[in-house]
Amino acid sequence: MKKDRRKWLCAPLYIWVTLFVALPLVYVAGVSLCKRDAVWGVTPEFTLENYRALFNPSYLRVFADSFRTSAVAAVISLLVGYPFAYAMAKSSPARRAALMVLVIVPFWTSALIRTYGWMLFLRANGPVNSLLKSLGLIRRPLKLLYTPGAVYLGYVYTMMPFAILPCFTALESMDWHAVEAARDLGARPARAFFTVTLPLTMGGVMSAVTLTLVPSMGIFFISDLLGGGKTVLIGNLIQNQILTARNTPMGAALSMAMLALTALILWIQRRTGGETRIL
Amino acid sequence: MRRQKRKAAGRAAYMALVLTFLYLPLMMVVLFSFNPSKNAGVMTGFTLEWYKQLFSDAEIAATLRNSLRLAALSIGTAAVIGTLGAVALARRKMRLQGLMEGVASLPVMVPEIVLGMAFLAAFSFVRLRLGLATMYLAHTTFCIPYIFLLVKSRLAAMDPQLEEAARDLGARPARVFFTVTLPVVLPAVAAGMLMAFAMSLDDVIISYFVTGPGAQTLPLKVYSSLKVGVTPEINALCTVTLGVVLLAILIAQRIRGVKSS
Repeated sequence: MKKDRRKWLCAPLYIWVTLFVALPLVYVAGVSLCKRDAVWGVTPEFTLENYRALFNPSYLRVFADSFRTSAVAAVISLLVGYPFAYAMAKSSPARRAALMVLVIVPFWTSALIRTYGWMLFLRANGPVNSLLKSLGLIRRPLKLLYTPGAVYLGYVYTMMPFAILPCFTALESMDWHAVEAARDLGARPARAFFTVTLPLTMGGVMSAVTLTLVPSMGIFFISDLLGGGKTVLIGNLIQNQILTARNTPMGAALSMAMLALTALILWIQRRTGGETRIL
Repeated sequence: MRRQKRKAAGRAAYMALVLTFLYLPLMMVVLFSFNPSKNAGVMTGFTLEWYKQLFSDAEIAATLRNSLRLAALSIGTAAVIGTLGAVALARRKMRLQGLMEGVASLPVMVPEIVLGMAFLAAFSFVRLRLGLATMYLAHTTFCIPYIFLLVKSRLAAMDPQLEEAARDLGARPARVFFTVTLPVVLPAVAAGMLMAFAMSLDDVIISYFVTGPGAQTLPLKVYSSLKVGVTPEINALCTVTLGVVLLAILIAQRIRGVKSS
């Protein structure tokens, strides 16, 4: 049984993730059930008040805003991304590989820098306004930055690769003979698409939805930088509760809510059979 | 035939449009870093002035050193822990394995803000002073899954007979590891490290929570200056960061592409 010594090699991994992933999350779960201390931190006294507070109208509005922003942005990025994935799947294999890299690369670069790029594009004396002015279409610059529209743009943009990739995976592995059969039987292209292609790739669409919805809610700097801090989303709320209001238990409860939402969405994704590699 | 062609052209045009959208903000940052005018919305010429200012800025230099030191330390640690873990778990069912693997890959699934908050809460609980040390712990934690998952999938694809053959020929376990297993997984380790490097060099959200005095990193510097307004040096700084990260990612993709073909 000499070779089984190798199993001990996982000890550092087990220890590290227990100490720095599991325990902190368990601690946060515990804190979310504690009372707030006057200065910083937590009084070890059990309460469900933080969870009850989640249902305050002001918090509920933030949840609703977050969910609406994420959902609208997810739908738009799907409407743009699905046809892109479709065109990708119809390309030659060599081109497909190149397109894949082109779609993935922006995802790996800093979301902060990309958000900043949009600030440069949209600002009062940015290229859009300069162009419109030189064309004589406007006299004063349009307010594009620090608007709800800019926040939506930021989210759609950040979600786009997540929308494209699962759809592409589904379209690529789909049996295109089924579409041909439908066409041979006299279905028009649109009908063939809606009765064959779309249902067959629904798994990809579902994982696109799940992949775009959750992670987006935690990115606090999009609404900070593009919305000028006027749009408060869950991410901003957690950040505020912890770093500004110093209400750690409340921030912990919000984090737990977000974690539950993530788990729910991952579960739905697994149930619908969608799976996407990002790595 | 002509209809086919027109369709293909339409698809190409649409893809070009979406790709333009994907790359537009990156192009903005790069372009404006060479713009002589501080505020103009259009290019008024070409200058390297902002890069000159950037590289003579002592604060930025310190920030850059922090970022690189942090990335190197975290990736180094994560590479050792992740690779060993993958080697141990790739072909063996261990107790708690499913749970532990789930926990280990949590950092890529959970929204970053939850992780950032959890780190901050836990570190304050054990009275750790926020600074480079806490940044190191946090960065290592979110770097581990990139290396662990890549190496594990590489090992899963490896022929188990290779190791058996080495053992049958009398190689000791350590020797099998260094002469057979390690060379096979090395590309995956390298690719994982490059990806982790990109993530560490770009991380804002988690760092924002666990940073402290003397632990300013490039993205944090960028974030804090963006809240005040746009400065040309930041354009240059972002362009440099983008260049480094893109290089890392392209090399990583290359390594993985060679591996899979």
